[in-house]
Amino acid sequence: MDRTTILSELKKVLAPYTENKAMLDGINEDTDLIKDLKINSANLVDIIIDAESQYNIEIDFDAAEKMYNVGNCIDVISEKLNRTV
Amino acid sequence: MHNDILKYLPYKSSFLFVDNISSLDIDGVVGDYTLKSDAFFYEDHFPGNPVTPGVIITEIMAQIGLVVLGIHLMISGADKDGFTMDEASFPLLTSTDVSFYKMVLPEEKVIVTSKKLYFRFGKLKCLIEMHNTAAELIAKGTFSGVIKNAAIKKEQNG
Repeated sequence: MDRTTILSELKKVLAPYTENKAMLDGINEDTDLIKDLKINSANLVDIIIDAESQYNIEIDFDAAEKMYNVGNCIDVISEKLNRTV
Repeated sequence: MHNDILKYLPYKSSFLFVDNISSLDIDGVVGDYTLKSDAFFYEDHFPGNPVTPGVIITEIMAQIGLVVLGIHLMISGADKDGFTMDEASFPLLTSTDVSFYKMVLPEEKVIVTSKKLYFRFGKLKCLIEMHNTAAELIAKGTFSGVIKNAAIKKEQNG
């Protein structure tokens, strides 16, 4: 699965957690989940849990800590996906 | 009774809304609180017609259902991420979604039942219900919170 595919799927995962729909449409790898998308920081946990079930992966604490922008989320997801394949 | 846990609650006098914890394990908690007729909010909510504010109902549910359970999970070492509490730690509510079904009047006893939905990365999310002593549903909803300034005990190895 390439990064563009993961990014477009990630948009759907993020959608319930941001009020900023215009920003969500235009996200790129540098988009910060808290600063740009104004996501409640505690909801990052829900995003991680949703991403786990979306991709059938397990994200541990060390990986979760890195997931503060879109690029890092894609890094973690693609790394876990490659490991399970 | 599991009232030993109450000594860890950071609230004092007018904002402590837990009397007893009757059941407590890593999956949930049951506790009760009896509303005091001299509580600070009844004088003005409403003058001559004291009704427990929804925000206080919410706080009672959060203190018993989320804070007591969250502290139990932290101090019992059930958290595999290794979060731990110290003097600088305090609980923060991060989201609630509650519906109210019945009013609560002064001197009423309410029973709060909380079931853990998940506890991960230091965040606890629960389904919490409040009933009266006639087992009628007063309020129900989902609550989430974190412990602010919780230290991470685990060794970080890059």
